Amino acid sequence: MSEATTTPREVAAAAAPMLQVQGLEAWYGESHVLHGVNLEIRQGEVVTLLGRNGAGKTSTLRAIMGLVGRRAGSIRFEGKELIAARPDRIARAGIAYCPEERGIFASLDVTENLMLPPVIAPGGLTVEEIHALFPNLKERARSQGTKLSGGEQQMLAIGRILRTGARLLLLDEPSEGLAPVIVQQIGAMIRQIKQRGFTVLLVEQNFRFAQTVADRHYVMDHGRVVDTLANADLSASTGRLQAYLGV
Amino acid sequence: MEDLLFDLQLVALGITNGAFYALLSLGLAVIFGMLNVINFAHGAQFMMGAFVAWMLLNWLGIGYWPSLILSPLIVGLIGVVMERLLIRPLYKLDHLYGLLLTFGCALVIEGLFRNYFGASGLRYSPPPGFDALDLEYGDFFMPGYRVWVLLAGTAICVATWLVIEKTKIGAYLRAAVERPQLVQAFGINVPLMMTLTYAAGVALAALAGVLAAPVYSVHPGMGANFIITVFAVVVIGGMGSILGSIVTGFLLGFVQGVTDVVYSEASQTVVFVIMAIVLLTRPAGLFGRA
Repeated sequence: MSEATTTPREVAAAAAPMLQVQGLEAWYGESHVLHGVNLEIRQGEVVTLLGRNGAGKTSTLRAIMGLVGRRAGSIRFEGKELIAARPDRIARAGIAYCPEERGIFASLDVTENLMLPPVIAPGGLTVEEIHALFPNLKERARSQGTKLSGGEQQMLAIGRILRTGARLLLLDEPSEGLAPVIVQQIGAMIRQIKQRGFTVLLVEQNFRFAQTVADRHYVMDHGRVVDTLANADLSASTGRLQAYLGV
Repeated sequence: MEDLLFDLQLVALGITNGAFYALLSLGLAVIFGMLNVINFAHGAQFMMGAFVAWMLLNWLGIGYWPSLILSPLIVGLIGVVMERLLIRPLYKLDHLYGLLLTFGCALVIEGLFRNYFGASGLRYSPPPGFDALDLEYGDFFMPGYRVWVLLAGTAICVATWLVIEKTKIGAYLRAAVERPQLVQAFGINVPLMMTLTYAAGVALAALAGVLAAPVYSVHPGMGANFIITVFAVVVIGGMGSILGSIVTGFLLGFVQGVTDVVYSEASQTVVFVIMAIVLLTRPAGLFGRA
């Protein structure tokens, strides 16, 4: 009988994407880097942006976060339009960002780095849960942030945004430059946070890694989304993908 | 023996000057670290701190102790207005623009005060009771107010250092010095933080001004006299280094005191000689990161 009590409005709300990006354009100074990006992410999905270097993947994440010089188009997150919002407002709306260069602060120790992003909503992981996911961070709590290994820095960079209660995580190439065993650990972590209801938009060059964590893939080229692939179809579409990625 | 005690007195006086150097260069370091602006108006803001204390006393009858709080608040508010209206548009430009702008502000502020109050000094007496702190032993005499300046200056420096190194607000500050964009993307209002940091640095200068009012006469040029030495302190300590500015401030006050004993003609020059040597051997300063 529960279906009978669900109103059409609620059905529509449940079906509406969590993040809807339409016609997103972005500029760094004079250079026009995004030319009308369209994409959608539903609550609880893990979606990747694939594409070769310079295709606009990182710029898309930075544009969603408000970290480009100028942007136009539409970014709706949970019904709110964010195209004109400042980065701190966007973060407060529930989006968290982990940059490609990881952004660990040298003048802060590991604990200070972990505790830096303010909690913006309930529902984030506790420090104990983050330490359970990444035991190294507990052992090295008092070390200077940048004294950690590359893998540990990546764990710290992801761990600190899991605390904040942000519901959508933008992760820029978390697997880049890391040993295979660490990449596996990060893959396991992404599957685990997906189970907890987090939504993830992931930039990846490594589509074999992307395949192990994602539901869907967008392929980008020249500042646009040029194709969408369901994860189940990825193996079948390897030829198509390789053409895009130029491998 | 008497000579030695008299010499010690000169050194002690030098160290209290060092407390002012430390307070002023600390404010400069905080502002430079966060805003990347070399705040040449710092001396004028120090002078305004002293003048506001004088005005509060002579116009409103508000005494020294409330002024220690009120004057930094009032001058800090002027700092908020300056940051919002004048300094903010310069962040994207080279350091030099901020330096020139704040230097211009200093000239305007000093000119306004000179026009209104004249160039001669005004007296500001500390409240009675400081003689209880007088240190006297034979020929060694240090007035109680100087002792208070030394204690208060040290306490303020330590407190500022603790706030920056050990608190959450300090962690935001240190992080925003490294990567302001990322800190803002974590949900922190970085532009507001920059305004408040400037105001805090300016308030420190004003607080030093109130402390200085009973020691030096209150006059429009009092900041300009100080600020030249303070910039030498900043260069020696390392631009933007908090600990460096505190330690170097006290150290150079001490060195000036010792020079006063050994060869008093050089006591004003010695700071610049040290600056030249430091610049030649460690261009980033004693505590600076190259």
